[in-house]
Amino acid sequence: MLNRRRVVQGLGGVLAVAVPGLAPRPAFPAAPSYLTFGLPGGEYDTAVLDALPGKQLLIKLSYRPPNYETPVPFFASPITANDAFFVRYHLADIPEKIDLPRWRLRVAGDGAANPFELTMADLENGFEQVEITAVCQCSGNRRGLSDPHVPGVQWGLGAMGNAVWRGVRLKDVLAKAGLRKETVEVVLNGADGPVTDKTPDFIKSIPIWKALDDNTIVALRMNGQPLPHFNGFPARLVVPGWTGTYWMKHLVSIDAVAKPFQGFWMKSAYRIPIGKFPVIERFLSQETDATTPITEMVVNSLTTMPVEGQRFDAGQPVDVGGVSWDGGYGIRFVEVSTDGDETWHQASLGRDDSRFAFRPWSFRFTPAGPGMHRIIAKATNRVGQTQVDKLIFNPAGYHNNVIRPTTIIVA
Amino acid sequence: MMLMAAASARAEQPVSLKEAPGRPAVEENCAACHSLDYLRTNSPFLDRKGWQAEVTKMISVFGAPVAPEAAKMIVDYLSANYGIGG
Repeated sequence: MLNRRRVVQGLGGVLAVAVPGLAPRPAFPAAPSYLTFGLPGGEYDTAVLDALPGKQLLIKLSYRPPNYETPVPFFASPITANDAFFVRYHLADIPEKIDLPRWRLRVAGDGAANPFELTMADLENGFEQVEITAVCQCSGNRRGLSDPHVPGVQWGLGAMGNAVWRGVRLKDVLAKAGLRKETVEVVLNGADGPVTDKTPDFIKSIPIWKALDDNTIVALRMNGQPLPHFNGFPARLVVPGWTGTYWMKHLVSIDAVAKPFQGFWMKSAYRIPIGKFPVIERFLSQETDATTPITEMVVNSLTTMPVEGQRFDAGQPVDVGGVSWDGGYGIRFVEVSTDGDETWHQASLGRDDSRFAFRPWSFRFTPAGPGMHRIIAKATNRVGQTQVDKLIFNPAGYHNNVIRPTTIIVA
Repeated sequence: MMLMAAASARAEQPVSLKEAPGRPAVEENCAACHSLDYLRTNSPFLDRKGWQAEVTKMISVFGAPVAPEAAKMIVDYLSANYGIGG
């Protein structure tokens, strides 16, 4: 049965408010400047800048459920502002508003000897508050750049963000539940759900060892503020190093379970072929001979300056900059090539907020002469993993960390 | 700088699809669970088999209540208007 809590609304929205570094949108854009190259053709005349309540103009890929990505210029700052942070939902029945006095977080499951419920005040006052800076990146970030293209939300470069998350350790919450030693996974559910009761609700699990990791938290705050509604108010899971699929928004239940969770979103979705990617942290209780759940992020970079097609005068120095990140090992170095990929130079690394955070970097050079110059950045992490030259194709378009050139014009 | 009407609480705007036979079946069925921009951004790179697989997934995995004759119209429409290679 259709259960349309969220009703389609009429005309509205805004257009030409400034996004830093973006030109005003022309009336009939052939390829809007906020969209990168390499996306499916249909995206260029469909994706628009649009603002959800409480958000700045982001790149709208779908209205319902809302999937909005952060335009690249925002990543010039290593911390992504709350109102610029990307929005990703699978299913369209999203609570309009969470009634905080009535909100409860239920902790239970057959692995919990003492099930209980928590209010927001319990979470704020009953547990040590901890803080961590970490990248939240959708598993499918850059899916739209897959070659060949694969179906799904056609994300460009901005289905990610880096924030300071504050909340309570999941292990402290679980400790109160009297965990049984046969617990293998912890199952997470949020208040959002499907529009028809035949659609599998978005429910995820993580292995118990990851649930008990000091860095895995139930976040109540983001960059010093309550979580924005569309980023999971009032509480979301934060699993530093792992892709966003586990960062359950609008948390309502945490279940410790003695058997691997069998839901669609674990068994069929968010899986990668075995052995294709350099994964260290594996989710063994969900692994089959052919596929395994996506877990940690692969090492990657985004160049935020210069921008594609930017013009420089001959003899003028060019500042190259961006951010790199990985699955939580930390960035060891970032190399920049300004001559195709003949020679590589080490970039200067910027502030190190945590091994889970965006690591900014910069490099200055003066192009040898007029013409087109191709700039490439490539990050390597502290366990020696690096970005790939060629896409590791997989049917869901995950883990795209192909090095990505920026071409500038010197005249 | 130009702008449209006053902002509403949530600004889902109509997403138009190409006028062709089968469009009403697409609008009536697909839009019940998601906005139609999904179809446009996922184009044009799926062939008929690809669109068939997507429609089948919506019905058998996500439980979309789509009648078989409507499903065929939807696949025909998407293959012809948002697909490649017929």
